[in-house]
Amino acid sequence: MATATAEPRSVPATEGDGHKHKKNALSDGQGRLAWILLAPTLIVILVVAGIPVIMSLRESLFQTNTGVDPNTGLIAGGEKFVGLGNYTNIFKGGDIVQGSYGSMDRFWNAFLNTTFITIVCVILETVIGVAMALIMAKAFRGRALVRAGILVPWAIPTIVSALMWKLIFDANGVMNKIIGKQILWLADTGASFWAIVVADTWKTAAFIGLLTLAGLQTIPAEVYEAAKVDGATTWQQFVRITLPMVKPTLVVAVLFRTLDTLRMFDLPYGMIGPGKYRVETLSIFSYQEAAQTRYGPAAAYAVVLFIYVLLVAFLFVRVLGADVIGDADAPKKKRRKKTEPPSEEAAIETAIGEGIGGAH
Amino acid sequence: MSTTAADVREEHLSKEEVEKLAHPKRPARQRLGVVASYVGMGFIVLYCIIPFYWMVVSSLRLPSEGLSTEFIPNPASVENFKAVFSPVNNFGRSLINSVIVAGTATILTLIFGIIAAYALARLRFRGKVLVLWLIMACSMFPIIILIPPLLKLFSSTEPFTWFPYWVNTYQAVILPSLSFALPLAVWNLTAFFKQLPVELEQAAMVDGCTPGVAFRKVILPLAAPGVFTTAIIVFIGAWNEFLVALTFLQDKNMQTATVAISKFTGTTGFDTPYGTIMAAGVVVTVPLILAVLVFQRRIVAGLTAGGVK
Repeated sequence: MATATAEPRSVPATEGDGHKHKKNALSDGQGRLAWILLAPTLIVILVVAGIPVIMSLRESLFQTNTGVDPNTGLIAGGEKFVGLGNYTNIFKGGDIVQGSYGSMDRFWNAFLNTTFITIVCVILETVIGVAMALIMAKAFRGRALVRAGILVPWAIPTIVSALMWKLIFDANGVMNKIIGKQILWLADTGASFWAIVVADTWKTAAFIGLLTLAGLQTIPAEVYEAAKVDGATTWQQFVRITLPMVKPTLVVAVLFRTLDTLRMFDLPYGMIGPGKYRVETLSIFSYQEAAQTRYGPAAAYAVVLFIYVLLVAFLFVRVLGADVIGDADAPKKKRRKKTEPPSEEAAIETAIGEGIGGAH
Repeated sequence: MSTTAADVREEHLSKEEVEKLAHPKRPARQRLGVVASYVGMGFIVLYCIIPFYWMVVSSLRLPSEGLSTEFIPNPASVENFKAVFSPVNNFGRSLINSVIVAGTATILTLIFGIIAAYALARLRFRGKVLVLWLIMACSMFPIIILIPPLLKLFSSTEPFTWFPYWVNTYQAVILPSLSFALPLAVWNLTAFFKQLPVELEQAAMVDGCTPGVAFRKVILPLAAPGVFTTAIIVFIGAWNEFLVALTFLQDKNMQTATVAISKFTGTTGFDTPYGTIMAAGVVVTVPLILAVLVFQRRIVAGLTAGGVK
């Protein structure tokens, strides 16, 4: 009796020894079950994301008919196939606007705005976020309080924070009072760009800080003790230990922030307003076009943004080695270096879960 | 020889010296570091709180003093909050709309997400990496790409005249919300399920449970903090969503809170009613911040859930 019950337990244990993956009585050979369980989610994703993206690709090859139909004399409805016309129009410069980068096509203006807002914001957020994480990691007490405080900007709806900063940056607002100048932050000037940067950095730097802190906490204290014994300075410890070991977490956090900033919409829309060329992002431009029933160009600009985002994500994964999947079971995946603690993987995954959480 | 030398030296230590050695002296630099870290933490909290404080303060002024730059409202007033819920703004209705939209999205997401996450965390199968990449990619793409085709579809514009008119309906916002909420939930839940040792289910199965029962009676209760955390994150994401709601909810009675706030206009029509907007912002944000304080404790528990091992 006793041996009969004991046997099934001991079998997986002995088989598991020496193998990369432990045999799992629960899961082995249950591929079909897995697909059944995944099917509802995959179908929902296909319906709410996959099909609309394909529809958008199709839409970007069409234009809404305008004017009078020559055959019937009525106002034309429907749409016509224009091939890549919506894309090639980007290069024709039919809609010249005056932005921060001189006069150029509205698309390129929005493209440059998107790019520069992203670069400046992400750099600032990373520097401030890492500094925050280092301070929090040093703290003995009060860490919970700081963490709660840090979550405040994250929890505020972006549109509410946009209106909040609109009040702060008002020409007669508190920001101008503090710096003692009369800057027209909200009037579609060069200053509007920086107002957006400040507002976005405020909302999301803390978030990078939280993720980085999670990464920092996986670094064993022994490593620092060993470094101290070897006479490493604080700066050397930071550059040679902290940064390399926190890099996997940080790269993923920065990747998510970059992709999130590239699709920025709420903040410039709520703070400066739609149709302001100094801060018009690709998302706002596309939205404006769609709202005026120019679905074809709107879809084309959204597709370009989509490709841009994919490209940036690809570069992050390939060049910086962002481990976005972080799946320990994945057989094809390159194994982590042995020097890194095994708990790190789980921490990163949780961090990634958080990462998407901050995105919206 | 050496041991006796050490013993001898130890004997010569006076009581005070031993005590001094027992309490390792903190070098001045280290103490400075502690002070600096507290100062730094103070800065972080101020950095995060002050703009929010400004919103709260501005909401508590008289409506006519919306642009006042005093740091304490003088006189304090709740007029702005009354204005928010006045029939003109219809903000109560918007809050209900937000609860319906975000709540439904959260529930749907959790139902689908828990099932999928369990498979991803526990079962081994071909194509898993592909599924993970697909879900990840889905959470990354810009939501704006959904807007042009869906606006055309939901407004029954040619060639989609066969499609029911969905502008100003809840489903027009809930369904696109799933595109970002579902990947987020699956990702979070997978991480939580993975932290629970598979041995727990194996033990349950040895005791005669089927995998389904083992999941329901063992894993789900243990993953409750993770499910709860995920629910809050998804709810906040759906609650804060703006672009989709702005596009598809044009009727004032259907608007969610975020859209309603962005469309507040003053009684005179030209000046921005900052006081009312800030009051509405506080109303929308405070429940989230309270939830986040709870969530914060949960996420700490989530990060340390490995302690079950």
